[in-house]
Amino acid sequence: MRFTMIPRVFMQMFKKPWTNKFPAKYQPSNTTKYLAEVSEGKAKINPPIETPPGFRGKIQYDREKCIGCQLCIKVCPSGAIEFKPDEKKIKIYVARCTFCSQCNDVCPVNCLSMSDEFLLADADLYSKDLIVE
Amino acid sequence: MKKKESVKTTTKTTYQIPIGPIHPALKEPVMFEFEIDGERIIDVDVSLGHVHRGIEWAGMQRNPVQILYLAERICGICSYSHPIAFARAVENACDIEVPERAEYLRVIHGELERICSHILWAGVAAHEIGFDTVLFLTWEMREKALDLTEYLTGNRVTKAIIMIGGVRRDITSDMVPKVQETLKYFKDNFEKLRHIFLDDKTVRLRSQGCGVLTYDDALKLCAIGPTTRASGVKKDVRVDQAYAAYGDLDIDYMTPDVLTGEVNGDVYDRIIVRLLEVKQSIDLIEQCLDKMPSGDILSEPKIPKLLARVKKTAGEGIGRHEAPRGEVIHYVKFDGENDNPYTWKARAPTYNNILPWIPMLKGEQIADIPIVAASTDPCISCTNRVTIVDNDKNSRYILNREELHRMSIEKTRRLMK
Repeated sequence: MRFTMIPRVFMQMFKKPWTNKFPAKYQPSNTTKYLAEVSEGKAKINPPIETPPGFRGKIQYDREKCIGCQLCIKVCPSGAIEFKPDEKKIKIYVARCTFCSQCNDVCPVNCLSMSDEFLLADADLYSKDLIVE
Repeated sequence: MKKKESVKTTTKTTYQIPIGPIHPALKEPVMFEFEIDGERIIDVDVSLGHVHRGIEWAGMQRNPVQILYLAERICGICSYSHPIAFARAVENACDIEVPERAEYLRVIHGELERICSHILWAGVAAHEIGFDTVLFLTWEMREKALDLTEYLTGNRVTKAIIMIGGVRRDITSDMVPKVQETLKYFKDNFEKLRHIFLDDKTVRLRSQGCGVLTYDDALKLCAIGPTTRASGVKKDVRVDQAYAAYGDLDIDYMTPDVLTGEVNGDVYDRIIVRLLEVKQSIDLIEQCLDKMPSGDILSEPKIPKLLARVKKTAGEGIGRHEAPRGEVIHYVKFDGENDNPYTWKARAPTYNNILPWIPMLKGEQIADIPIVAASTDPCISCTNRVTIVDNDKNSRYILNREELHRMSIEKTRRLMK
């Protein structure tokens, strides 16, 4: 065979595309309008591919369990965790987080965990969604 | 008054093309100065050092556990090779023993990264010669590798799997079927990929006899990884040093004569070596799954204890690992007072594979620059302008990434006529 790709290219014509079209099958003419329609329940979002078990997404913090030992601050590679000395609790800036989950491993009382939430894009780095406390 | 000097017409026929510091095909800020005669490259000069990011200095302000994640970000594709080399350096300095199961798990993750990287490279190389259909085919396969990586480690690219003294996540018995399923997919598709790369006329036209690196040059210029093995030099850290579990596994040097019986050292041979290594990696992962003993995966699960041990250590260590592009070396030194390293030095494989570009590119055409440079799988950063200086006309014009890529595609079309 001289040109080995030709049979595969023809086969591909009868196959479904590999790409999962997220969030919409076709690009909406107006994204803001589309999102507004989604929130009203008029339009539907094409779901993303499911995350596997053990996926490291946005961090979750159980405030009641935390004993304020600051071990997580010591191991955090990007300095995303801030200590609040008055309350002896922590504040996590997700915008700086590298999703390594090292703080989850080191926590003696397991008050930190990783969720499967990954849609974290935001124009404001200090928005409410990106600060966990 | 001086006589008006007669303007002598120049007889010089060559002109220069500087390429870089931001280079087209390769994603690394490296500067080339080409001496060109028509279309032929007569001489090449390479200059480096345009992206000093100060990562080593940043590492010296952090403790070894933090550095693992910093080392991961030295390179996006070798996001496993750098942390493992660093972890091995720290283990060497602090005399930390790694449990046997963890050694096998390290091999599995290392080989998975190699599969991922080589398939990615195959796609990029096809793209450089204008064969974009193959790019999409290889990236479909790579997607499977990334899915498996995500399943085993938790993230697709920055794996965060290595810990000093072991690995962070185990492969439990219920995860094994998914690994085997993906390996089966690779084996089924490997034959198709081999057929396309080794038998196709388009690939052969552009890669055979192009960018030759001889055995002597490869030895003299200290080329490493698949680049040197394609020239017939038997050099592989996995075999030479037999670290991790490689000593227990069936592994040998992959040189092109395994398949074809001869060594040419051209781009085609580099394709062969990488494809053979993909097959070897699939085989190694299967061996690991069979032979893996049960037991701990971390020698010291308590991180504060581990950091205290590092803090007490005064001494130095070296960690080596065979990354997809060749040997990566990390050197680390502790002073016994701080848990931050006193010195940390990383040497990435591409550093050694830059000088071999000079003998490879001499005598080639401008349109061959992308594929020859890409054939060493350089791992630098991102791209897009070339300036051409024509000495005769004393003019300077800019050739952008698309232009150079277009020239490469045109050459493929020309050859196929």
